[in-house]
Amino acid sequence: MAHDQELDASGLNCPLPILRAKKTLNGLTAGQVLHIIATDPGSVRDFEAFAKQTGNELLESKEDAGKFHFLIKKN
Amino acid sequence: MAQKKLAIIATKGSLDWAYPPFILASTAAALDYEVQIFFTFYGLQLLKKKLDLKVTPLGNPGMPMPGGMERFMPVLLTALPFMQRIMTAMMKAKMKKKGVASIEDLRSLCQEAEVKLIACQMTVDLFDLNPSEFIDGVEFGGAATFFEFAGQSDICLYI
Repeated sequence: MAHDQELDASGLNCPLPILRAKKTLNGLTAGQVLHIIATDPGSVRDFEAFAKQTGNELLESKEDAGKFHFLIKKN
Repeated sequence: MAQKKLAIIATKGSLDWAYPPFILASTAAALDYEVQIFFTFYGLQLLKKKLDLKVTPLGNPGMPMPGGMERFMPVLLTALPFMQRIMTAMMKAKMKKKGVASIEDLRSLCQEAEVKLIACQMTVDLFDLNPSEFIDGVEFGGAATFFEFAGQSDICLYI
């Protein structure tokens, strides 16, 4: 799926993927989509919770070849 | 929706216990909380420019040791002078390998996210700590200062 920016948080552990994502989202404008790649298994639930609490929309969450991919649309 | 507030009291000054306040504060800030951490007693160590935080196996039966050593090592051995240094070095190496952020990094992420760091004036005086040893941006206050914010907080944690 198309995205406006990519953030590779591979190898980083809680809470760094969330913190980096938040920082990167700050630089985007509403409606833009951020693609995050992570290896921390905890990030699957964390990004759901992050989206729910910040109002940014989690468009997609999937695992592919041992990595987790998230698409988050900035609100 | 009004901005949520998180108030934390950080009382411990060891490497392991340095993590919860900074992880929770930085994450809450990323979730748009307004956050204050009140550092008192040994928690003040977490504000020093030059951090020298350690873990100790002494008196900590829950600490896993390499090779399951904790199962047969006499408690007395954990009091040997080199144990703390070894365990600290091993813990730091493990954290690095697992992609766990350093306390320095988490702390500066907190500051970037405008987490307010307040040093307890009474314990600063009690331990003769020099405020010039602290990182920039630390504020000083007492119990009443803490309650001014904590009284309106949604979550209040004592760590």
